[in-house]
This record gives sequence, C-alpha cells and structure tokens, in this order.
Amino acid sequence: MDKRFFFEKYGLSERDLEKYLGAALAAGGDYADLYFEYLTSTSLSVDESMVKSASQGISAGCGVRVVTGERTGYAYTDDLAPEKIMHAARTAALIASGPAKTPVVSLKDKARPKLYPVTNAASDADLSKKVELVFRADKAARAYDSRIKEVRASYADELRRILVIGSDGTFAEDVQPLSRMSVFVIARDGEVSTKGSSGGGGRNKFEIFLTEKTPERFANEAARQAILQLSAVPCPAGEMEVVLGPGWPGVLLHEAIGHGLEADFNRKKTSAFSGLLGKRVASDKCTVVDNGTLNERRGSLNVDDEGNTTNNTMLIEKGILKGYMADKLSARLMGLPNTGNGRRESYEHIPMPRMTNTYMLSGDDLPEDIIKSVKRGLYAVNFAGGQVDITNGKFVFAASEAYLIEDGKITAPVKDATLIGNGPDVLTRVSMVGNDLQLDEGIGTCGKDGQSVPVGVGIPTLKIDRMTVGGTGSAD
Amino acid sequence: MATTVTSVQVNLREMASGVVKRAVELGASAAEAVVSEGSEFSTVVRLGEVETLKESGARALGVRVFVGQHAANTSTSDLSPEGVEQLVRAAIELAKITSEDPMGGIPAPEQLGQIDGDLGLYFDDVYSLSNEERIDHARRAERAALAVDPRLTNSEGGTFDASIGRKVLANSHGFIGEYRSSYCSISAVPIASDEAGNMQRDYWYSVARTLAKLESPEEVGRIAAERTLRRLGARKLKTQKVPIVFDRQTAAALLDHIFDAVNGDAIYRHASFLAGKLGQKPFGANLTVIDDGTIAGGFGTRPFDGEGVPTRRTTVIENGELKSYLLNTYTAKKLGLATTGNAARGLAGTPGIGNGNFYLQPGAKSQQEIIKGVKQGLLVTEFLGFGVNLVTGDFSRGASGMWIENGELAYPVEEITVAGNLAEMFSNLAEIGNDLIWRGSIACPTLRIEGMTIAGE
Repeated sequence: MDKRFFFEKYGLSERDLEKYLGAALAAGGDYADLYFEYLTSTSLSVDESMVKSASQGISAGCGVRVVTGERTGYAYTDDLAPEKIMHAARTAALIASGPAKTPVVSLKDKARPKLYPVTNAASDADLSKKVELVFRADKAARAYDSRIKEVRASYADELRRILVIGSDGTFAEDVQPLSRMSVFVIARDGEVSTKGSSGGGGRNKFEIFLTEKTPERFANEAARQAILQLSAVPCPAGEMEVVLGPGWPGVLLHEAIGHGLEADFNRKKTSAFSGLLGKRVASDKCTVVDNGTLNERRGSLNVDDEGNTTNNTMLIEKGILKGYMADKLSARLMGLPNTGNGRRESYEHIPMPRMTNTYMLSGDDLPEDIIKSVKRGLYAVNFAGGQVDITNGKFVFAASEAYLIEDGKITAPVKDATLIGNGPDVLTRVSMVGNDLQLDEGIGTCGKDGQSVPVGVGIPTLKIDRMTVGGTGSAD
Repeated sequence: MATTVTSVQVNLREMASGVVKRAVELGASAAEAVVSEGSEFSTVVRLGEVETLKESGARALGVRVFVGQHAANTSTSDLSPEGVEQLVRAAIELAKITSEDPMGGIPAPEQLGQIDGDLGLYFDDVYSLSNEERIDHARRAERAALAVDPRLTNSEGGTFDASIGRKVLANSHGFIGEYRSSYCSISAVPIASDEAGNMQRDYWYSVARTLAKLESPEEVGRIAAERTLRRLGARKLKTQKVPIVFDRQTAAALLDHIFDAVNGDAIYRHASFLAGKLGQKPFGANLTVIDDGTIAGGFGTRPFDGEGVPTRRTTVIENGELKSYLLNTYTAKKLGLATTGNAARGLAGTPGIGNGNFYLQPGAKSQQEIIKGVKQGLLVTEFLGFGVNLVTGDFSRGASGMWIENGELAYPVEEITVAGNLAEMFSNLAEIGNDLIWRGSIACPTLRIEGMTIAGE
C-alpha cells in the first residue's frame, strides 16, 4: 500500500505537522491531535430490476483537536491548504488559555495488526462485478416465491485512509476498507403486504460476496422473512420469557449494557452503570467482551481514530462488571486503561468512546434445551435495531422476526414488536446461555450524539426469564 | 508525486453552472449540480465549565447526470479545478453501468422556478455573538435548569449552536437558484436523582432562524428541569388498553410516520400502508394534514425543491380523505401524477422526498382540557426506539410519560410500550388539541387516541 498517502497527495512534511500542532498548543493544553481523512465511496442499487442510478463520492479533510483538562476545542477544514489547516489549529486552540506547549512529533509508525486486506479490498473490484451482485440478488429474491413483488438490493463500499498525529508522539496511518450488500423485499398476498430484509459484509475482499456472503443468501433470507410474515399473528403484549436466537439479536447487548459501559458516561456519572465496576451486573453465565481485533469484521480496526491499537476488552466476566470502553480523554481523566475505543464518524467530528464488536461468549446450554424449557414465551431471531436511555438504563429493541413458544415448542410467527427492558437488570435474568455464539452478518451501524460508526454484535442463544414484549395481542 | 496545495477560491453560482456545462460537453443529455457551503459553531457547557467548543466551515459539490436514460451521480469535497473535472468525468463514466430507465430525468423546463421575495430563512444575527456570549448562553441554560431543585444533581450540559448555509442548484434547462439559511439553538439536559440514587434525564431546547426568536436560556433551562423532575419515581404499568394522550412532541413523531407513508418513494414501491389509497377515506373525518413549503420563516420552507421546482402548499389529507401523495419528478412519473415540489436533495445520491412544513390541522381544545376528559389513561411524553413497519402500519415503540387519573396527571411511568396500527390510530383520533406550535418542520397538536395497547408488567 502506498504509505505516506497524505504526505504525497497533500505535500505534507514533518515540519508542517509540527507547525500545526505547535499552533494548536500555542495557548497550552494537555494534548492536541490532527486527524487527516480521505474517503472514497461507491454505492449502487437495483430497484424494479433496474440499476436506476449509481453514486461515487470523495470526502477529504482534517480535524484539529486540543484537549485541556475536561475541555475540548475542535475545528476542521475540508480544504487541505496549509493556511486552512493552520486556521483550524488556531481555532481549536481557543479552548486553552495558558503558556504554549511544545508537541512531540514522531514519524515513527509503530507496528500494527493487519486485520483486513488493503489491496484487493472490495472497493478495488470492477464496477461491472458490483452491478452483477445486485442483479443476482434481484433475480434470486424474485425466484424465491411468486408473492415477492418488490425487490431492492444495494451494494456499497468505501475505502477510508486516515492519518493521526498526536502531540504525545502518536503517529498512525491506516487504510480501512468496508463493504456491504443489503436486500429489501415486499411480499404481497391479496390485501396483505409484508417486508423482509437482510444483508451483510465487513472489511473484506470482494470475493467474499462470491463465496460466503452471496447475493442469493441475502436475497433468500429477505424473501423468507417476508413470506413468513404473511402468516404472522399479532404479537402478545406483557411480561414473558424471551429466548433470543444467536447472532444479530446481540443488538440487545449493544443497547442494554454496551452504551452504558462507554467511559464518557461513567466519567460524567450519567450512566445507570456508573460506579458498578467490580459489582454484579449479570448472571454468572454471562461473559461479554468488546473486541476490535477480529479479522475482517465490520466493527474491527487496526487502530482507532486516535491512533491506538484496538483490543479485546473484557466488559463483564461471569456476571461481574470488569471494565469500561475508553478513549484517550476518559482514560486519562479516570485513570483507566485506554482500550482503543476512541472513534469518530469523520474528520468533522470529535472522537469519543464507541463500541467495536460487542458480544457474549458461548455458554454450556444446547439451543434446543433452551427452547424446551419455556412453557409460554417469545423466540426472537431478528431485530430491526434499538435505542437506550443511558441515564435510567431503559432500552428497547424491535423484533422483526419472532415466534411464540408454547409448551417448549416454537409455533406461530408473530408481527413486529418492540421489547423493552432495564439495562442493569436484564442480564441478571439470563438463566440459560447456548453453546452457539454467532456474530452478525456485518450490517450494524451505531449512532451516538449524531455520529454514526460501523459496529458488530453477537450472542449465543439466550434465555431471559422475564421481559416486557410490546405487541397488541393478548398475553394469555 | 509531491504537490503544492493551495486554497480554492470559488464563486458557487459559477461553479454550479460550470459543472452543468462541462457535463453536457462530455456527453450528458441532462445534468444537475448542487453546491453547498456552511459554517457551524457549537459549544457544550457542563457543570459550569466549557466541555467542547467547535467551529468550522465546509463546502462540497454534487452532480447528477443523465446520458440518454442512464443516470449517475457523484460528489466531492475537493473543489479544485482538477477535483471538479474528475467529478464530472466520473459521473459520465458511472452512467455507463446503470440501466436505461424510461422514467428518469430532470423536471421539464416549464416545471422549474422559484418563489420570489424574502422567505425569512436567513438572519446573520445567528453568527453575531462573540465566543464568550455563545458560551454564556449555554452556561445560563444549564445553570437555570440546575437551580430549579436540589434533586437536579448532574447534567449532560447546556448547549448553544449556530449554523449558516448557502445552497446553489443549477441544471441543464438553464435553471439556477440559491438560498441561504440560518439556525441557532439552545438546549439543556439536566439529570435528577431520587433518594435511592435512581437517575432520570430529560431535555428541552429552543431552535430558531434568528436570535430574536430564540427563547431565553433561562426559559429553556426551567422547562428542561421540570420535564426531568417529573420523571422521578417512575413506575411500570400493567398491560392494558386505555385512552392515550400524545403531547406535541410525541404526536409530531406519529405524524412523521404519516409523512413517511405518503412519501412517493414508498407509494410506488407499495412499501406503504397508504399505497393505492388516493381518493379513498382511510381516516376519520376530523383528520386534515397539510404540507406547506412556503410559510415565511418556516423550518421546512425553501424557494424551490431539490430539483428546482417551486415549493407549494399541498393538502395531503382532508377530512379523512387521502388527497395527495408527496412527490418528486421521478415518483410522480411512476405514478402518472405531477410533482408536488417535494424533491429533497443532498449532495450525494438521487433526489428523495422531503417535507415542507408538514402539520395536522389543530382542533379546539387545550392539552389540559383533553387530559381533563380522560378518566384513566396515559400521557406519552417520550418515545424510545423506532418500531414502525410502514408496509403494514404496525406500530410498537417504547414510551414514557404520566399516568392520568380522573383527569389529572397522577405519577410518571416508564419501561412500557405502546402499540397499535397507524391506519387505525389515525382513524381513532378522539381529540385534537389547539396547541400547534412549530419547533421543527413537522408539527402536531396534542392528540388523544383510543384502542392502543400498553404493554408493561
């Protein structure tokens, strides 16, 4: 890969970087950094069996941050001319008011993991191959069942190049590929219409869409869900036993406890998990990690957006809260290890603690035993996303594919419904954990304070003894 | 190759028309360019101290081309002559791989135009304050909130934000238009704790196009504090069906789902429960919904839409009858109708559908009178999550609010869901409030809806 991308493209030199950091710290401050980003993206979709349009974009810029105590000054520019970067540095410096500091500038690039391909990444493939993927998805979904009436399949990829230079000597470059396919279908039978969706991807080579994560796989899955929903009955309302299927239902972890364990909320003591380090927050069957080091996963990163290598961080071990996810600022202020969770949407944004791939490790139970143990409950296997109120811990997630469990058997599919719970106690009600951990297909995007970043989630089959299910049907 | 990078000085109008001209030279049969520039300032003050201070400006360019009936679009933040040339060439190249779509194209020349006169969208006073004054606004909002009650012990901060923007649109039929817009806002997010240490958070904000119309930081802080305090001691409810009152914020969120359901994109794909219902009466006679992109100073007002079509006032639902979908050029052609001037265009991608000022016609009663009429029921003040299926209209979202007992607010509730079907919900509007206030581009008065299910214990 062309190392020194930014140096060559924008004529940067070590002296320039020193000058910018010097300007950023001209009025003091504990730390300053420069974040250069160059992002290219492509997306196309098939709709009514036509590729109606295709898009490509280039976005480049530099963000300058100055941190002093708990204060952060930030400015960015999408014009990488020296005087514009200098102006951004001077603007960010307004946060501090003291004597100037001298930054340590190092162009020594430390060894970093190589978690994803940077040559032959999906973005390098010919456009015609990408077009073929969406047409294949369209064809497969329509062939699945004659009641599939509408199909939209999309493909998107990007290649993000970043360079982070910090006044503490941080120097990190990374090239981060990301791609995904998604398929959305509508089924119609008489007056009844239903939808189904599926998709996946990661930081992978294009070939994965030809071998493992094929268009047909996503198309069949979306079509299966839509056809299934044609016969769905109203979801019951009220408290009941809930079994979550493996994989994407890990959204539960992300909402129920993940956000609550991001260090910024705990530093400010605004999280329902504040002050619970070392305390029991889950049943002893639950062990949860945030792992940014998995190969080619959507949430993985060689380095975070502050230039730190990512980690496999133990969050909950056998039910005990072991750690928070930290960025530089919260690690320094809280005296915590920096876990490499400092992320940002783009150069326009201030980094903050964010999840990478968050999942629960497998337990000992057989999935079929878990289902058998439920007299009357809900088996939820697909979700449309969720949300959490960090402060009171209440979280929701919306089931898009779920079934009734009656006398230990999976029976009728039910319509969409939201599940609601309380983060600090939902995991204390986990009574069985399957031996079948799965990670999601690679489609998750997490939003926090208006910033979106790609993430992964996963769980084995789980049984939660009591949870409120928000349907319209009778609970008995 | 080492290069010297110099800052780009551009005239946005010339750039937009230059890009269109260049696209036509390179073989486009039609082209449309949008250039935007904007500046933003934001600050957060937490527990009296500045937490963040952010200030920046950005510019970017997008182009959409049609080569015959093949469409493509590209966007860039590199406005250098080389960057612009690359953008146009990439779009023409990309159009080679897209399908021939007989319905594609920009609006016909006679459809193009814009509303004349000052629409009250831009006031330079939003950027007139010094940094100290801006920080002071945020600080005052937080301080006012925390001063209300000793149980308000923590905070996610007070904020002050300001932004200004300028957008130019040009196309190969010779249309060129531009407008500027401005916003400023103040918010406060206090946190209250009860004796047991249980925390609750809520917020309030004011947003305006001019400082002159912004509520005072003290007013914003006081309301944020009241909203937060009333959540302390929240209980769960038993699963049941009772009348539900939605306050203006949550009612506007419900109305937003109606906008999504009349969006032409969802209609022609049959992805909405309102597809095929034009001219029918799917709702009760008391429901009238209007979209108006022309209201002076409105948050959803603009002189022309994302394709250069003048914005207008469209009656969407009248006395329960579905009178019009909201359409752009493409979706109108697909449905054999005329555009309603609702094209929404960012820099990248194909134009979608956006609302103007979208509202539900108010009724006669105040919120207090509506609550008074409820013997036992729920006032919903916040939703959590996004559990809406537009294809079926099935609705199920997390909620919190206040229990109503004999017409009075009795105690706060949380960790419940409210569920129903949007078609049925908007057919069962038992009461419509008189309290329509614009706090965004979608506004709705207080609503009382019958027949929904609350799920709890």
